[in-house]
Amino acid sequence: MSQAPAPEKPAVTSPELEELEAAAAAFGEDDVSPEARAARKAARKVRQRLEIRAERERRAYLDPNRPLVQAPLVPPAATQGLLEVFRRRYLLKLLVRREVNARYSGSFLGLLWSYINPASQFLIYYFLHVLLLGRHATPNFAVHVFCGLVVVHFFTETFNAGTRSIVRNKSLVRKVAVPKEMFPVASMLVSLFHVGPQLLILFGLILIEGFNPDPFVPLALLLGLGIIMCLGTALALIFSVANVYFRDFQSVVSILTNLVRFSVPMIYPYSLVPERFGPAAQYYLWNPLASAVLLVQRAIWYPATGDEQKDALKELPHRLIELGTIMLLLSIVTLFFAQWLFRRLEDRIPERLN
Amino acid sequence: MTSILTPGAAAPDEFPASTSIVVENVTKTFSLRYHRTFKQVTVAKMRGEKTKDDFQAVDDVSFTVEQGESIGLMGLNGSGKSTLLTLINGTMKPDEGRVLTRGRIAGLIATSAGFHPQLSGRENVFLNAAVFGLTEEETKDRFDDIAEFANIGKHMESAVGNYSSGMSSRLGFAIAINVDCDIFLADELLAVGDRPFKRKCIEKMEEVRDSGRTLFYVSHAAGSVRKMCNRVLILEEGRLVFDGDVDEGIEYLQYDSDGDDDEREDEELGADI
Repeated sequence: MSQAPAPEKPAVTSPELEELEAAAAAFGEDDVSPEARAARKAARKVRQRLEIRAERERRAYLDPNRPLVQAPLVPPAATQGLLEVFRRRYLLKLLVRREVNARYSGSFLGLLWSYINPASQFLIYYFLHVLLLGRHATPNFAVHVFCGLVVVHFFTETFNAGTRSIVRNKSLVRKVAVPKEMFPVASMLVSLFHVGPQLLILFGLILIEGFNPDPFVPLALLLGLGIIMCLGTALALIFSVANVYFRDFQSVVSILTNLVRFSVPMIYPYSLVPERFGPAAQYYLWNPLASAVLLVQRAIWYPATGDEQKDALKELPHRLIELGTIMLLLSIVTLFFAQWLFRRLEDRIPERLN
Repeated sequence: MTSILTPGAAAPDEFPASTSIVVENVTKTFSLRYHRTFKQVTVAKMRGEKTKDDFQAVDDVSFTVEQGESIGLMGLNGSGKSTLLTLINGTMKPDEGRVLTRGRIAGLIATSAGFHPQLSGRENVFLNAAVFGLTEEETKDRFDDIAEFANIGKHMESAVGNYSSGMSSRLGFAIAINVDCDIFLADELLAVGDRPFKRKCIEKMEEVRDSGRTLFYVSHAAGSVRKMCNRVLILEEGRLVFDGDVDEGIEYLQYDSDGDDDEREDEELGADI
């Protein structure tokens, strides 16, 4: 019930107050002797106390008919994990935007750097592998490499930033009951946001060179990116908690991400793997990252190989789409497992962040 | 009965509809780790020293709060006040017992949380409000109030990293205090800010209290608790040792024994944690 503040002080009285005020009055208004001052002060103090008390008692009355909050009585910390993240997608959007804006804030070219960065990388790889090493055996090798680069970057960015995400946002995590899954997920989305410009550059390139699309292009692309989204989020979830307990994990993750670019058919063609490893090569495809790279290559590189498409087909494993689907499903299972593990470990996060 | 959507929710008839906060046999244990690196732990183990120690920051605390009550939470430093507040806030979960709350929680416990130094004041307002659970529309509705309350003028459009500490905490308070909430938690109240701003905050807090919201106020200042609250809880080493009348509570703490400092306290409202 909304009450108007009391306009005047409530009338108060008590035997003690009367006694003190009488004693103070006995000195007379003009008496400035220490005794008189002390008496007035004592009376004033008691009066003040009584007034505050009366005011408080007036407030303490809770109107039984006051309007009540129509919400259920729930544990304040209850969250539904990733579901809750989805429910609070407005906050998620702002967190993602914060990261994206903050990355290039204070720079003159701003978001243009998202294009300059991959473009320069493309040129480096083009120079190195096509002009310097002359790998003509693989058709359109520059695009082959760049497809891999997009996937590898997406994954390593998600993994690295995701692992640090909870520690980096400790001011939030320690003070507010936001679902903590929010931060790894936001890291993944920030990385995904930067995939956009890279794909644009890539598509621009192959449109100039000649692109021969087929219905599998969007499917393979979505499968490839979907695998990384799920797997990256899953690993980010697990390692972000682990990193709260021991910061060693962020170092472990940077070592792991260094390995990633060599574990996928990016700077070497897929056909090299069976050639060198023989029957052991089948296990190579158990790596979901390799499948994701191959899928993106299937989507973008393969239709851009022009006359050499027959040669290009040799660089892709059989039944790639089926393999990709299985890998995506496995990544989703991993995500569920990561969520389960996260829920078990998250309770002690706020107190371990310091 | 537990709803599928919110695990741990109270059964419909378990508490009256006027209950705002339920704290039931809540215990929170922290472990103190003396060593963190592998080397230190190994050395300590070999010497037979303890590598960790448990202590109970909150120890079997129970109370319920009615909607519209304003509670003063008092106690010495390290008695568990802030931990209890974070448990009610939902940032931490109790190890034992349960905490239940009704409605949206906001307050001065999370001011400036998530502020990004490179974003403008305006962007940070939207972000911080979203952290409290406000939607975009709700924030837009309140933006003018927030800007007026923070009173930082044209700095609203510049990066928060350039703000003085006073300005950024003013902005933080302005957001927190303008969030429509059902439970308002106040901690570390007004440690910064000039006098007119403090006065403004106190007035706003009184407004929050008088609007029938539940107020939870952590303070050492007897004077402001007297004015602000109508019930006092006192924690001592994690245990709830007093729950009741404000004057009796302050007497219990003996914050009053040195007598004539009411006027001084009033000036120091809250600048005390």
